[in-house]
Amino acid sequence: MTLMSSLPVDALAERLITSARNRTATTPLTDDHPDLDIATAYTIQDAVVSARQAQGAVVAGAKLGLTSAAKQQQMNVDSPLYGWLTDDMLIDTGADLQCERYIQPRCEPEIAFLLGRDIAGQDVSAAHVIAATELVFPAIDVLDSRFSGYKFALPDVVADNSSCAGYALGGQGTSPVGIDLRLVGCAFYKNGQLIASASGAAVLGHPAASVAWLVRELAVRGRGLRAGQVVLAGSMTEAIAVSPGDTVTSRIDRLGSITLACV
Amino acid sequence: MTARHEDLDRCSQALYEARRSGVPIPPLTHEFPDWGVAEGYAVQQGLVERLIADGERIVGYKLGLTSTPMQELLGVDQPDFSPIFASGVLSDGAELSVGDFIAPRVEAEIAVVLADDLHGPDCTSGHVARATRGLTSAIEIVDSRIADWQITIADTVADLASGGAIVLGSQAVALTAIDPRLIGMVFTRNGQLVATGAGAAALGNPLAAVAWLANTLHPHGGYLPAGSVVMTGALHAMKPISPGETWTGEFDRLGPVSLSVTE
Repeated sequence: MTLMSSLPVDALAERLITSARNRTATTPLTDDHPDLDIATAYTIQDAVVSARQAQGAVVAGAKLGLTSAAKQQQMNVDSPLYGWLTDDMLIDTGADLQCERYIQPRCEPEIAFLLGRDIAGQDVSAAHVIAATELVFPAIDVLDSRFSGYKFALPDVVADNSSCAGYALGGQGTSPVGIDLRLVGCAFYKNGQLIASASGAAVLGHPAASVAWLVRELAVRGRGLRAGQVVLAGSMTEAIAVSPGDTVTSRIDRLGSITLACV
Repeated sequence: MTARHEDLDRCSQALYEARRSGVPIPPLTHEFPDWGVAEGYAVQQGLVERLIADGERIVGYKLGLTSTPMQELLGVDQPDFSPIFASGVLSDGAELSVGDFIAPRVEAEIAVVLADDLHGPDCTSGHVARATRGLTSAIEIVDSRIADWQITIADTVADLASGGAIVLGSQAVALTAIDPRLIGMVFTRNGQLVATGAGAAALGNPLAAVAWLANTLHPHGGYLPAGSVVMTGALHAMKPISPGETWTGEFDRLGPVSLSVTE
């Protein structure tokens, strides 16, 4: 812990909290602290999430980022990252994405896992995740980097709670039983124009494998996921920027669709 | 179109000879920089006539440039097409010798097999659905008889839309209760994930791609006869191949299709 104490963890967390509250981007933490490492970044992330909880927010689940080979190569890493979703980030079914709540919102099409059972442990596999999952949903992950122009190094985005800002689930939940989420197709549209297509395998080979990675990673720090929590497994395509007037739609075979109107 | 017949014919012959010799030629548009889509199809027609005179038989069509990024790359706003010949249709699991091609690359696609004739000019996705016997997983081997793929739209259209060969999966699956836009696809090389996609990548909907073709053939007196195979366009960016590789396109609902690459 002596290494971590050399960095002003609380002050850096406060900078990110203030940035989110005021909807004003800040500069990368690594500009001032090039020695910021991933472990310390997760400590800052914990402080950021604790601050939301102190304001009354409840942890509703988690999300994964950098789950595609392309994005990992881009950031020069070989594993994903995660952040925590709080209940105040939920854009409930039928509600709009209110751009004024964010600095520079972007949307990604994902598959969300609603857990029916607690799940924890360093030996958890994709099969365990599927068995613990009550429903899967088409979801849209609303990112909002607190760093201007999404320019950041890996420790920055980890500290920034992996850009978590909002999330929305489709109106239909489906049991994952009998569905190979690796193969389901996804078509992602902005204002009716196809942005990208993919299949579930784009997420770390299988979306449930991505969630399993998260569970194992949490286990290292003595944590787990709880029944009722939602996990966004990672984006199947590139993120797209949105502004008022835009509509984004993700259609996922067998799971249904979700549309978010941006106001 | 103001191109002289003898110029078009000379280019048809040059491409014909390049196909036979395996020696690529410079872009046609180096000599004829103002040639566009119309000249491309005129040269293609001369090439097709030569191949038919050799005993080749048309069994279907391939569509190219069915994605917005590819259309933008070549400065067009529509796909292109070429006949597929019986000699260029391979079965699932086929071995493919790179020596039979010049600069081969592969793409995973959905093939539509027609049960009924399909005519323009007012063909829609609905008409295509009713005329479809089934959908088949497929891999297209694209190749360019133009050196180093230095193609403009006229060059690729003339060169049989850069078609090489196709590998068809082992089953044709009826369209019943399938949304072709959302059929997911996972493309692997020796078991490693290379790309994913969904049917929507092909002009928004593989059936719309077939309708476009029927409507485009119509003014020239053409139509799609029953039994035709239509390759509806790549679901991802094309990939180079090397001997020793096995490529598999695994399609949700349609099953897998593979090819092995040899010297």
